[in-house]
Amino acid sequence: MIEIVRDRVNELTDKYDNKRENLLCILEELGQEYGFLDETIVNEVARAFNISQTEVFSVASFYHFLNTKPIGKYVIRLCRTITCDLAGKDKILSALESELDIKMGETTHDKKYTLDYANCMGMCDKGSAMMVNDDIYDQLTPSRAVEIIKSYK
Amino acid sequence: MLNVKINNQKYSVSEGMTVLDVCKRENIYIPTLCHHPDLETKGICRVCVVEVKNSKTLQAACSTPVYDGMEIFTGTEKVRRVRKTIIELLLANHYTDCTVCAKNLNCELQDLANQYSLTGLRWKERRERTLPLDDSSPVFVRDNNKCVLCKRCVRACDEIQGVYAIANLNKGDSTIVGSEFNKPVSEVVCINCGQCITHCPTGALYEKSFIDDVWKAIDDPEKVVVVQTAPAIRAALGEEFDYPPGTRVTGKMVTALKMIGFDYVFDTQFSADLTIMEEGTELLARLKKAIVDKEDVALPMTTSCSPGWIKFQEHFFPELIPNISTCKSPQQMMGAVLKTYWAEKTGIDPEKIVSVSIMPCTAKKFEAMRPEMADSGYQDVDYVLTTRELARMIKQDAIHLKSLSNSDFDDPLGRSTGAATIFGATGGVMEAAIRTAYETVTGREVPFDSLNVTPVRGLEGIREANIKIEGTKDEWNFLEGVTLNVAVAHGTANAKKIMTRVASGEMNYHFIEIMTCPGGCLAGGGQPIPVTEEIRELRAKAVYEEDMDMKLRKSHENPAVTEIYKDYLGEPNSHKAHELLHTHYTRRGRY
Repeated sequence: MIEIVRDRVNELTDKYDNKRENLLCILEELGQEYGFLDETIVNEVARAFNISQTEVFSVASFYHFLNTKPIGKYVIRLCRTITCDLAGKDKILSALESELDIKMGETTHDKKYTLDYANCMGMCDKGSAMMVNDDIYDQLTPSRAVEIIKSYK
Repeated sequence: MLNVKINNQKYSVSEGMTVLDVCKRENIYIPTLCHHPDLETKGICRVCVVEVKNSKTLQAACSTPVYDGMEIFTGTEKVRRVRKTIIELLLANHYTDCTVCAKNLNCELQDLANQYSLTGLRWKERRERTLPLDDSSPVFVRDNNKCVLCKRCVRACDEIQGVYAIANLNKGDSTIVGSEFNKPVSEVVCINCGQCITHCPTGALYEKSFIDDVWKAIDDPEKVVVVQTAPAIRAALGEEFDYPPGTRVTGKMVTALKMIGFDYVFDTQFSADLTIMEEGTELLARLKKAIVDKEDVALPMTTSCSPGWIKFQEHFFPELIPNISTCKSPQQMMGAVLKTYWAEKTGIDPEKIVSVSIMPCTAKKFEAMRPEMADSGYQDVDYVLTTRELARMIKQDAIHLKSLSNSDFDDPLGRSTGAATIFGATGGVMEAAIRTAYETVTGREVPFDSLNVTPVRGLEGIREANIKIEGTKDEWNFLEGVTLNVAVAHGTANAKKIMTRVASGEMNYHFIEIMTCPGGCLAGGGQPIPVTEEIRELRAKAVYEEDMDMKLRKSHENPAVTEIYKDYLGEPNSHKAHELLHTHYTRRGRY
């Protein structure tokens, strides 16, 4: 596993160069390929960039769209920013939590759904908003939010 | 030149200065918190805000450059009100237990709260201790509940040391300082240098203290408690007792240690002289092997006194471990000698000896715990206290340092030379080694005015010097005409630069001195806080003055060193010396 990751990281650093400013785009590609960035990936990226694992993890943990923990097949990202909050984010959250029987930040036992926050998605005029993987949904109500996630099989 | 007005007074300033630079120059006080002169400016905390005419919002003085015609106001009602609110917000996120905090009365946040007359917090709910302490490190504790996210520790670890063991993790209100995957710091690459502690403005970072263990040993009539103090302590301890930086308190310190109840007060400078004999001999032996025997020997040789650097090398350049001198550090040489040579000489059962050392350093705590540091048959050094811990012990014993008279270190392990005194400053070990090695080889003193090898002194991060050896004694004639290339680096970020050049073969040095902390031990992680470049200079001046005041200034002239070789060790690098005074290292790696 380590060798496969190392080879892949080396391919990416060949493609982008291992300058510090290219760290983010490499992490993004690895995140898409592997789902989440585990210790092996962080370690191999740090090695390729000749920087510390903590520096890589600091970048990875800053972005909601980079995961450092295992995630489900569908990642639901609920906007936590102020306009969506005023538009009733808390009610949507309660509905999703009770439908999925998990708390914010957790993944369902069948590894199907992960519930997470995201910062502003630019849908402030149509709050509340959420994303399911790459699909964006706005003007949510609790029942509509539940219907939407049920449609992901 | 630009013209600016501060509080309606005209000043002429140069381009590139910040508002804070100008105010500091003109002695106009601006409070700061995330700013530290050692570190790059980040403008995180906003405590330094000032009003700038025609600017809509207040500006952070630390990160706002001056421009021609700028008008700045540093003490308006708005400035005071906003600063007060910012401090209040910082405090709202800070677990406050000042009276039992390690930084009580030496805390920048506490000072700010005091200055801005905070009499109460507007938030009803106090910040509680919700985050776990990280006490996994052998030398320090991190309490994120007190962290105000100024990133001074993070910047020190990255910029000064090039280690990056810690960083800001997550974002927004869940931001904390920590390491990859929230691992305890003991599980990541940390060199125990303590620069995070000396740069922290609050009590979020503090050393693990052994004060209580030492009191217990002193109170135990069965134990013989012996203390050694490092060269850098005498040049900084006074700061904990309101002396200005750079005041030497050597004699008073010895008196205080005796009053505290240590049975014998010895000087790490004795074993620093011993280190020079061992390390100098080792260097000359390596040079002989390389030049005469044409053997493949690891050169340049690097010093081994600074345990943060040792761990750094083990992690970052494990392939260059053979280049590190095998000599133990002076602390560990003293430890090994105390429980063998000295115990035999005095007839004291080594089992009963409790060996304490006072060090300017947190990494020394780790060094003493290394499993290989038990060549006397016991743990060579039992407890390591920092300068700050010693100051607390002195205060706990109700001793007024200022009113004490001077005492001398005990014989024989309290005898030392000026060469050992300067070990505390960056370049000092190199200078001491040059004084002895040059004389060993040529029979003459080093060709520098008053033995002061000035090219290796100073605070520049990396310094180089070349010393041509001429007129050698017969047995050293292979060195005739050889130019010795030496280098000095301090701060492991600088060490990284120099070792990268060595690893690539770009530079051919013979000998490199590396000190983990910028300025050397004088500004080590265990020294009084604050530390700035100005304070480093003053402490360095103090040790160089102390050196000039010493009767003997070359390690090989130390009579106690001569005696230990005659009576016990034989000669430098002898079999016995190797057993007791030399060590080995561990390949650790990084990834």
